[in-house]
Amino acid sequence: MLKFPKSTVLIAASVFLSNPAFAEKLGLGRAALPEEIAAWDTDVRPDGTGLPVGSGDALIGEEIFADQCAACHGDFAEGIDNWPKLAGGADTLDHEDPLKTVGSYWPYLSTAYDYIQRSMPYGNAGTLSDDDVYSIVAYILYSNDLIDDDFVLSNETFLDVEMPNAAGFIFDDRAQAEYSQWSGDPCMENCKAEVKVTMRAMVLDVTPEETKAEETTAVVDATPEPVEEVVVEVAAFDAELAKAGEKVFKKCKSCHQIGDGAKNKSGPVLNGIFDNTAGVVDGFKYSKVMRKAGEDGLVWSETELAAFLAKPKKYMKGTKMSFAGLKKEKDQLAIVEFLKSLED
Amino acid sequence: MSDNKTGNSPSRRAFLRGAAAAGAGALTTSTASAQTAEPLITEVQPWAREFGDGVDAVRYGLPIEHESDVVRRNVEWLTADTVSSINFTPIHALDGTITPQGCAFERHHSGAIDLKKEDYRLMINGLVDTPLVFSYADLERFPRENHVYFCECAANTGMEWAGAQLNGAQFTHGMIHNMEYTGVPLRTLLEEAGLDTAGDLKDKWVFVEGADASSNGRSIPMEKALDDVLVAFKANGEALRKEHGYPVRLVVPGWEGNMWVKWIRRIEVTDAPVESREETSKYTDVLDNGIARKWTWAMDAKSVVTSPSPQSPITHGTGPLVISGLAWTGRGTITRVDVSKDGGKTWETARLAKEGEKMALTRFYLDTEWDGSEMMLQSRAMDDTGYIQPSKAQLREVRGLNSIYHNNCIQTWLVRSNGEAENVEVS
Ligand code: HEC
Ligand code: HEC
Repeated sequence: MLKFPKSTVLIAASVFLSNPAFAEKLGLGRAALPEEIAAWDTDVRPDGTGLPVGSGDALIGEEIFADQCAACHGDFAEGIDNWPKLAGGADTLDHEDPLKTVGSYWPYLSTAYDYIQRSMPYGNAGTLSDDDVYSIVAYILYSNDLIDDDFVLSNETFLDVEMPNAAGFIFDDRAQAEYSQWSGDPCMENCKAEVKVTMRAMVLDVTPEETKAEETTAVVDATPEPVEEVVVEVAAFDAELAKAGEKVFKKCKSCHQIGDGAKNKSGPVLNGIFDNTAGVVDGFKYSKVMRKAGEDGLVWSETELAAFLAKPKKYMKGTKMSFAGLKKEKDQLAIVEFLKSLED
Repeated sequence: MSDNKTGNSPSRRAFLRGAAAAGAGALTTSTASAQTAEPLITEVQPWAREFGDGVDAVRYGLPIEHESDVVRRNVEWLTADTVSSINFTPIHALDGTITPQGCAFERHHSGAIDLKKEDYRLMINGLVDTPLVFSYADLERFPRENHVYFCECAANTGMEWAGAQLNGAQFTHGMIHNMEYTGVPLRTLLEEAGLDTAGDLKDKWVFVEGADASSNGRSIPMEKALDDVLVAFKANGEALRKEHGYPVRLVVPGWEGNMWVKWIRRIEVTDAPVESREETSKYTDVLDNGIARKWTWAMDAKSVVTSPSPQSPITHGTGPLVISGLAWTGRGTITRVDVSKDGGKTWETARLAKEGEKMALTRFYLDTEWDGSEMMLQSRAMDDTGYIQPSKAQLREVRGLNSIYHNNCIQTWLVRSNGEAENVEVS
């Protein structure tokens, strides 16, 4: 279907001349079994090759998205902080800083199916059912105003969707557009009349500081402030509520691990976090504000946790936790109860 | 060096102040001007009297602690977290051409995974005569080859499109490493599975993916797959490091780093590209008019002065100065590098430490005298296709400011009379 552009045929034709004279086989490896191939060969191509049988729509997709994707990509796929935006950006490609999203930029819808089923949700990849993926893709299309909410996306309707930027790509044309201009005998003398500095990196000041090692020493050397006596409230534990909290924790799972063998991921391990000092999990690189809060004596009590989790960015300006927050008080209480149950 | 009057000149004193301000004053000892005998020489030093470490003190060594600043660095604001992120090789502090694995830049899309050799499987399927599964041990039984290649992320220097941003060669040019790989040609493995089923190979592709959670799938045209792609398991003589794809990664000489799939688990022969996320949403280059180039796989010729540079200022004052840097091209061999001290008005041809090697880093030196005056240092690479590394203005004229990838412009360091250097743009 797609043929090579001329410029890619730069590789010596000899590669193919030896085609008939392939080397003798060594008889290594073993035959791949059909079920093994089926498990790994899940790629989906622009013409629909590889699409599994299934279907979904934006309404179902919205729920799954809110649950599993919105923590990073936003409720409307508009993205949070530095996490990728999946919607918006129509007609910005020829502007300064174009916004490239599934809707504004991606030439093929198959790419969204292929990528989401193999790589998302981030930190829990490969767990979505086929119907879930159809629904989520439909929701992303809907968020980009590319389908109506009653459109059922399935292996059969998949190719009916038109991608706005399908014709927005050309093959590598550097050979024609650049190579002939940038070759020959380079200028060695009097190449310019005058040279002036037109821009300096120091003005921007976005380069990371060189002082990693010093920073840590400084922290070690500093005499720790005496931590105020904390009156430990003997918090009662509600197992039922904790169970409800376990469900809420699904929203946290993509960034936080818990239990045996848990490791820091984009968020710190949360074992034993309840009633512990903030910002002290070993090996995790906290934001400055979280570290400072811990040094200043912030302890994750019921009240503090609930307040933080309700609106992380409001509670702690500058925190690295890109999580919109738990709106329902019920969820806040439940998650705190669940965090209590996690032993260090 | 009988004429040593620069040693006491005002510019030298100014330099010493400047160097101290830059936090780089440690290496200013000049043996040429010692008035009193140095205790380092006249007194027996502890290391000359007592024992050093015995063997086995360290079973596998790291660099000595005095070199602890020569490390990979990341730029936090670039990505949302460190699991899908990038860091940079400290090229400003290295010499020669081989990059030690331990400080070679990393780029992961779902973190560096822990995959044991015994759990490793490589599948070849699609349009082949017999779909096969190889274990790690199987791979070691195929005839292998050794090659040195550079691996450059297509986004290297990508933050500099709109203007001078990051102050250091590590940050502007450090998404590159250069290693000696040991592995099996991909061609050998494809032949083992048999390509008769594929028929005419000219319009066929291989789709390659990794075993990590991102799997980072990419489509590679069959011509390249059969040409020089390597399924590698050793780098610089030892097993690949975890962060470089242990136990097995793909090596795609001269082409953008994203195609060098780590933890490679599957190779599928197909009759069309998959058009995966990494070859549509990413690694496509938007031009001024909003149209994007795709399939821009080859890395064009490029070079950078690694020292002096912002993180590697001149600390020794005037006199002999070694200007050093790296050059590379994904389309063949580096044939020549020129260096300018005046922002591109005049150029001198640098000395290549060794003849350029195909798709590998080449080290260049300009051995010169510095009189303490300000320099606008640039380097310009040429390769055996006749290509000349373009200026930023030339690149922008064709591509605009939004293409992110494949920025191979000529870099300028403004070196001040105190020896400090800064990333700048010049007219
Ligand atoms: C914990 C944060 C997180 C969650 C949760 C998450 N993602 Fe992502 N997503 C990311 C990151 C980070 C990337 C970029 C990864 C990379 O570049 O390697 C990404 C990339 C994407 C992209 C490609 C964007 C582009 O422009 O190329 C899509 C599509 C996507 N995610 C969909 C989803 C869907 C659907 C879900 C829910 C099933 C989900 N994500 C859940 C963090 C997240
Ligand atoms: C998108 C990723 C992400 C999600 C989703 C997320 N967190 Fe976090 N969390 C982080 C990061 C990053 C930090 C560190 C914040 C800092 O350093 O400022 C953090 C910090 C915390 C802390 C403080 C840890 C400490 O050591 O002081 C708690 C408690 C916490 N998160 C709980 C939660 C809970 C509960 C949820 C779900 C309701 C959640 N997080 C969802 C990324 C996330």
